[in-house]
Amino acid sequence: MTNRYIKEYRDDSLSRKIIDGIKATSKKKIKLMEVCGTHTVSIFRSGIRSVLPENISLLSGPGCPVCVTDQREIDIFIQLSKRDDVIVATFGDLMKVPGTDSSLIKERANGKDIRIVYSAMDAVEIAKKTPDKNVVFFGVGFETTAPTIAASILTAEKEGIKNFYVFSAHKLVPPALNALMNMDGVNIDGFILPGHVSVVIGTNAYRQFFNEFRIPCAIAGFEPADILQGILALIEQIESQKPYLVNTYKRVVSSDGNKKAMQIMLDVFDITDASWRGIGLIPESGLRIKEKFKEYNAEEKFVFSIPASQPIKGCECGKILTGLITPPECPLYKKTCTPEDPVGPCMVSTEGTCAAFYRYSS
Amino acid sequence: MCIAIPSKIIKIDGNSMATIDVEGAKRTASLLLLDDAEVGDYVIVHAGFAINKVNEEEALKTIEILRKTVSMMKTASDEKP
Ligand code: SF4
Repeated sequence: MTNRYIKEYRDDSLSRKIIDGIKATSKKKIKLMEVCGTHTVSIFRSGIRSVLPENISLLSGPGCPVCVTDQREIDIFIQLSKRDDVIVATFGDLMKVPGTDSSLIKERANGKDIRIVYSAMDAVEIAKKTPDKNVVFFGVGFETTAPTIAASILTAEKEGIKNFYVFSAHKLVPPALNALMNMDGVNIDGFILPGHVSVVIGTNAYRQFFNEFRIPCAIAGFEPADILQGILALIEQIESQKPYLVNTYKRVVSSDGNKKAMQIMLDVFDITDASWRGIGLIPESGLRIKEKFKEYNAEEKFVFSIPASQPIKGCECGKILTGLITPPECPLYKKTCTPEDPVGPCMVSTEGTCAAFYRYSS
Repeated sequence: MCIAIPSKIIKIDGNSMATIDVEGAKRTASLLLLDDAEVGDYVIVHAGFAINKVNEEEALKTIEILRKTVSMMKTASDEKP
């Protein structure tokens, strides 16, 4: 049985009322950006785009972890997967991401041991059961995922597991928002901030960003009514020209976030500069495994030689991730690039904007 | 990667592992990232970990405010010529 409030949030009459509210309030031609793959999927699946007035455009930002992962990192993953002494453990959506000359799915077809896991803890289990192999987990994700991977490293340490390694390609959301606002051509009137990243980091983590740019910001949940509520909050701010940082997902997001999760994340990782697909190097936007835990760091254990990662030819993911264009504006969209045979990461991940466009707008 | 639906904790074992119910489907989730969690709590689960508890009071309050606000706005817009 579902709990009471979920029923309420799914109640169509509530959504319809919010839509009426949006229609009655919204006058200006505006662009709102969501920065979370789960929002992207939810917005498309629920058909929110089609019920909003025409003056409101919704853009998807750099919110899909697989999509923003730098090409060099993808190439390192693929190179690691080719080693005979390594079992690769990864979240499933990395499998089809094209590297410069291969992909994990191709390497698995070549007989390499690559396992799809649901949690980093599953990778620790694999390491426990196969002590003669090195198990490498690819840490891809934002502040929601990073603490789970930190906890897996702490578990491996506690249990004395010596053959578990993490390659950390984690990214942090607030620094990316900063970078986005400073990019040429990027023109956004308000941000729908990610619900579950915010669960971990808390509303206050955006304060510095908000104070610098004074742009309307609303943290939102994932039910259609949640997202509509976030949009309504942004429109009220835009129309009244009074920007705020509001939290419309109070049932799980607090001002300070999940302090324990943050603590575990920062016990294991140091904050470092990181490269993002489509944006480039962003200062202090990534996580590196601390010196103290270097025996779990795949970058310490293995030597990589990635001569030159090549951007994927013709793929416009970079521009899509920054809201500069939408998928139909990419010449390859629906032609040579489809979810079955994706050219770029934004078509690979179910959370990618190109994949969402493909699936839900025909 | 996120399960946006709150899951109910139905069992906790000694190792901070919980059995959870996601709208009828049973799964497991680690409770290592939570300070406290009890059987019966609703949690948000991400990549095999509960990342926070759901505050039911806040959830209901938000809906109430929302219903009031939007119905007021609706009236205001209806009144305009
Ligand atoms: S449609 Fe394909 S090629 Fe074009 S931007 Fe999207 S993923 Fe890249």
